[in-house]
Amino acid sequence: MLRNWTQRITLTDIIVWIIGLAILVGVVVGSITTLQIGKYSADNWIDLTISGLALGGVYALIALGYTLVYGILRMINFAHSEVFMSGPFTATFAAEALIALGLWDTHPILSFVIVLGVAALVSAVIALLLERIAYRPLRTAPRLVPLITAIGASFFLQYTFRGLYGSGLKAFPTQEILKGFWMIGTIRIFKTQAVAILGAVIMMLILYWIVQKTKLGKAMRSVSEDKEVAALMGIDVDKTIASTFAMGGVAAGVGGILYLLLFPVAHFFMGFFPGLKAFTAAVLGGIGNVPGAFLGAMLLGLLESIGPNLFLDGLGIPTPSQLKDAIAFTILVFILIFRPTGILGEKLTQAKA
Amino acid sequence: MQTQSPFPWKQVVSAGLIGGGVAVLLSLVGIVTAFNERYIVSGLFTMGQVLFLAPALLFANSTIRRIAPQPAPKIILAGAISGLSSAVVLAILTILGNLINLRIMFVNSSPELFEMLTFGQEYTAGILILLGLGLLLGGITGGVFLLPSKIRNAVVQAAIWILMIGLLRDMIVTVSYRWGPLAAVIKYFFAVSGLTLTGTIILSLLIGGLYYWRSGKTKPSVPSAQQTPLKRLLTLAGAAAVLLLLPPVLGTYFSEILDNVGMYILMGLGLNIVVGFAGLLDLGYVAFFAIGAYTMGVLTSPELGFYNMTYWEALPFALIACVVSGAILGLPVLKMRGDYLAIVTLGFGEIVRLLALSDWLRPWLGGTQGIQRIAQPRIGPYLLESQQELYYMFLVGIGIVAFIAWRLKDSRIGRAWMALREDEDVAVAMGINHVGTKLLAFATGALFSGLAGTIFAAKLTSVYPHSMNFLVSINVLSLIIIGGMGSIPGVFVGALVLIGSPELLREFAEFRYLAYGALLVVMMLTRPEGLWPEERRRLELHEVTDPALAAISKSKAEIESPQKAG
Repeated sequence: MLRNWTQRITLTDIIVWIIGLAILVGVVVGSITTLQIGKYSADNWIDLTISGLALGGVYALIALGYTLVYGILRMINFAHSEVFMSGPFTATFAAEALIALGLWDTHPILSFVIVLGVAALVSAVIALLLERIAYRPLRTAPRLVPLITAIGASFFLQYTFRGLYGSGLKAFPTQEILKGFWMIGTIRIFKTQAVAILGAVIMMLILYWIVQKTKLGKAMRSVSEDKEVAALMGIDVDKTIASTFAMGGVAAGVGGILYLLLFPVAHFFMGFFPGLKAFTAAVLGGIGNVPGAFLGAMLLGLLESIGPNLFLDGLGIPTPSQLKDAIAFTILVFILIFRPTGILGEKLTQAKA
Repeated sequence: MQTQSPFPWKQVVSAGLIGGGVAVLLSLVGIVTAFNERYIVSGLFTMGQVLFLAPALLFANSTIRRIAPQPAPKIILAGAISGLSSAVVLAILTILGNLINLRIMFVNSSPELFEMLTFGQEYTAGILILLGLGLLLGGITGGVFLLPSKIRNAVVQAAIWILMIGLLRDMIVTVSYRWGPLAAVIKYFFAVSGLTLTGTIILSLLIGGLYYWRSGKTKPSVPSAQQTPLKRLLTLAGAAAVLLLLPPVLGTYFSEILDNVGMYILMGLGLNIVVGFAGLLDLGYVAFFAIGAYTMGVLTSPELGFYNMTYWEALPFALIACVVSGAILGLPVLKMRGDYLAIVTLGFGEIVRLLALSDWLRPWLGGTQGIQRIAQPRIGPYLLESQQELYYMFLVGIGIVAFIAWRLKDSRIGRAWMALREDEDVAVAMGINHVGTKLLAFATGALFSGLAGTIFAAKLTSVYPHSMNFLVSINVLSLIIIGGMGSIPGVFVGALVLIGSPELLREFAEFRYLAYGALLVVMMLTRPEGLWPEERRRLELHEVTDPALAAISKSKAEIESPQKAG
């Protein structure tokens, strides 16, 4: 047994482990020194935690699209970040129109629902078009081909929206009732953050219910197990895949509006980083797994929000928040190296991963 | 039998509508108005008009081909109806644009666009012209389709060439400016923008005639095999002479474009090894470019003042740094395949950029300010500093790198890479050391990219983290995919098309990533092997265009199918 084990370890494993350990030591030392210095108070940490949870909720909704599509087609829908961008970017116009009509602050809930609807609709339509035009003809192609198509589609969509809506930033107005904060005991929570967390949780529950309990969800799960057998059982595979894309699109659209609550500026490039991080979250939680996506996203949101201050400040790195993206990517790299199946991962074989 | 079938209304109209939709998208994205000033044939039509009418034409053509064996009037009718439906969509856009202000949402639905769509005429008349033109162009497409194939080819080729020559008018006139009597002849063909009418007629007759004449002759099979060594040597010498003389002939501006193309060819050759040969999709390729450029900067810039090396002294260190970082990236990702590898390498590229940008490493890498005053290469008493002089650096670099890549391709390592690309498990079972082989692919790719980075640093004498973004990786990836993955000539073709054309057509520059994205998708859907494919990959992707091969594969399929049934 032991001999077997020593034989399987290669030089590369050792080097990878050394790099991993070095980073771990850095993280631990950094955290301890940060806490010893005591530069941040408990309130600071609570604030960071809440914003991390809010961000995590948004990532969870985007990650859902990656996870569902990966589960069914075994491909990374690289253009999903643009699905996420398209809806909210369009919804800013709806918000402007509602302001012009004077409904934005007088009927806040109605207008928020309209904006959500516009975002979800546009994102779902983009996702459906993507599936129909770019992915469906390539379902049997070699693996690299749909991936490259997805990258191409991502750029095409990004710059199409840049051409359509302009390259400038578009402000998303915050509703009057969402300004300010609530106090829960001694904890201060911004209303936008509360809405983002609640909205994400509710949306995740609905989508989880659809996947687990409805007939459509059953069809989706069976198609992801085996397309041929599912087709033999009378499931319309094309339609099921299309509805998966649409569902991912709706989730991304809603997530996008929640994202705009947190960072109220829309632009054509807004999808890139959240998309990448949501993918990281999906991998972290175990790709192909809906609760995993939620868990991974929350964890990533927290790490990204608390991480720079906790790990890096103690190491004496100036303006650590500049490196929050680097932290997310480092997590991605190491998750993929040490546990490619993620936290709650399906038992993916090497061939699938 | 098919002649009696009812007219395929639905198919024809829907194709026309899709064509119209594409045209509307092109209009709203702003590409149509951007090309409004660029005439193809002076005074007659502009590239902008071509852009919003071409989708109608293309989709009409594709439906006609699909419903093909039909009597002539039906074909022409189908074309005309398809063209008309496209025009109707455009007309609806025009009407909408007149009724409400679309500009609140779509920044490019400017009055200029609607003026173009109505051909500068008054509103109603303009829409009628638009519809009529759609009908007419669709009909003409049908008419052209009915011509004998020799004439049809000649007509299509002439149209494409006229379009290209008209677009590249500026370059042709600027370059030929100093050519004496020839310049006068060339000038006769061109107007202030685009071709003159007489020039168009003469050129299209010439090109069409040439194609007609050529298609009449039977081509000698495999001409290269019949070449004598002397002939090959002469062609090579001729090509070398042309390449050496290019910068003085073309002038500074075009030399800079050539430098950019050269830089991307260098990177493309490197990425071609990683993606094309070894099948490892690397989206963080810019990282090595950055590491090369930054190492050069840190070692030579007196501004930071660590080491004041010369370019040549720093070069080996920069290249070693790239190889080492290539191996470091390679190590952890050895076990990953396909999609995961793509994302991890993308993350790696972003980490490198973020580190270069961070305040943390500012004392060493300059943060957002970058590094200035980087040394330029000096050969004896000559300092290579201008764009024209640095061209030779790129030329030599490409020469060396292309030679290495070409020799590697059919070497033992090259075959090992391709084996890993095709099937890793089988390759390992055949005794290929996949650790070493993959690492070598990453390291070689990193080396070439790093070389490009050092020359880039010397070219600008400065590096900034902002020039090391993800888009560079995408540029390189696009060019090798469009050129043909795994194909060395494909890298050159891809770089010339993708990097050269946006620089030559400044209107296009703004839409380059839109076009790249569309090209990648269309390429993968219709011609995944690229413009200049590698022979093996072409066969592999079952894109059987050769009729002989098609026959073989068909008979194969016929042999196999009864077995499957049984």
